[in-house]
Amino acid sequence: MENEKIGTAVVITSGKGGVGKTTTTANIGTGLAILGKSVVVVDSDIGLRNLDVVMGLENRIVYDIVDVVEKNCRLKQGLIRDKRYDKLYLLPAAQTKDKSAVKPEQMLELVNNLKKEFDYVIIDSPAGIEQGFQNSIAGADMAIIVTTPEISAVRDADRVIGLLEAKGLQDPRLVINRIRPEMVKRGDMMNIDDIIDILAIDLLGIVPDDEAIVISTNKGEPVVIEEKAMSGKAFRNITRRIIGEEVELLDLDSNDEGKFTKILKLLFGK
Amino acid sequence: MDLFKLFSKNQEKSKNVAKERLKLVLVHDRADLSPKFLEMIKGDIIRVISEYAEIDEEGLDIKLTRMKKEGDISPISALVANIPINKVKDSNLK
Repeated sequence: MENEKIGTAVVITSGKGGVGKTTTTANIGTGLAILGKSVVVVDSDIGLRNLDVVMGLENRIVYDIVDVVEKNCRLKQGLIRDKRYDKLYLLPAAQTKDKSAVKPEQMLELVNNLKKEFDYVIIDSPAGIEQGFQNSIAGADMAIIVTTPEISAVRDADRVIGLLEAKGLQDPRLVINRIRPEMVKRGDMMNIDDIIDILAIDLLGIVPDDEAIVISTNKGEPVVIEEKAMSGKAFRNITRRIIGEEVELLDLDSNDEGKFTKILKLLFGK
Repeated sequence: MDLFKLFSKNQEKSKNVAKERLKLVLVHDRADLSPKFLEMIKGDIIRVISEYAEIDEEGLDIKLTRMKKEGDISPISALVANIPINKVKDSNLK
């Protein structure tokens, strides 16, 4: 780690639980590392640690975020290096303590210290809008909201957007996760335009509902590494947009193309 | 009910139902207004307008909705009041 960078802190949040915050954090973090950036992913969900298992690093944990904040260990001791990318690190949450173990001021200091060491500090927010959420946004420069095309998730996303704005975190960007193209086509699932129309924020990316995510999570390998997975491509596009590239929106319909065109594409390249 | 209506009802996409329900619920979420607050506004509006006109308090309708201002991209919350006037009090207009 070299000295005195000024990285960007990004909080991944949603309000509602189970929409894919942790998966998104792991994939964006890994995706940025693939692009050569130095990255730390921070699990701020104290008491419900999960980013470690999604990253496949659960066996390497010695210290956690509370140890770092309480200065039981040095910052660098608390960081776990990823098994694939050596510029990628994890700061795990504490599993046995509760959400009041870290205060917003401590979180702000921690994130500011991490920004000096890394290009990107990606913070996985807990579900809800209480103390843990307030902590997770304390040091963030920008916010990514994760939602799914469900009425409950979009409603909670709207609430979180309002709370972020009240805290001075303007212009959050939206990731719509678990889109099922065949249901959208049928008119049984809200489409991208419907959701953007309602939330009125910028779209960062869309991720299809994909079995590859379940499989890769089972193995502790973020799907962004999977060259062939549609969701992997979705996350690669998202990370490229984060570093400022213009990338066209993923065409989800290309997934159910005919076998013949698939073979043609295999033969002739895309 | 005529057949055409029946047919179009069946064709109603569930995502449109979701969107409409969501829009309505967000109006209240965003405004963060309690029913009591709305009642207070209603009382004050009746009081003020009554100085100038006789109004039909039964027909009075005040609600929160969302509308787009011209040139604006994102819609804003709006308080819409529908106040039926029975009779204008002449003396006050002179």
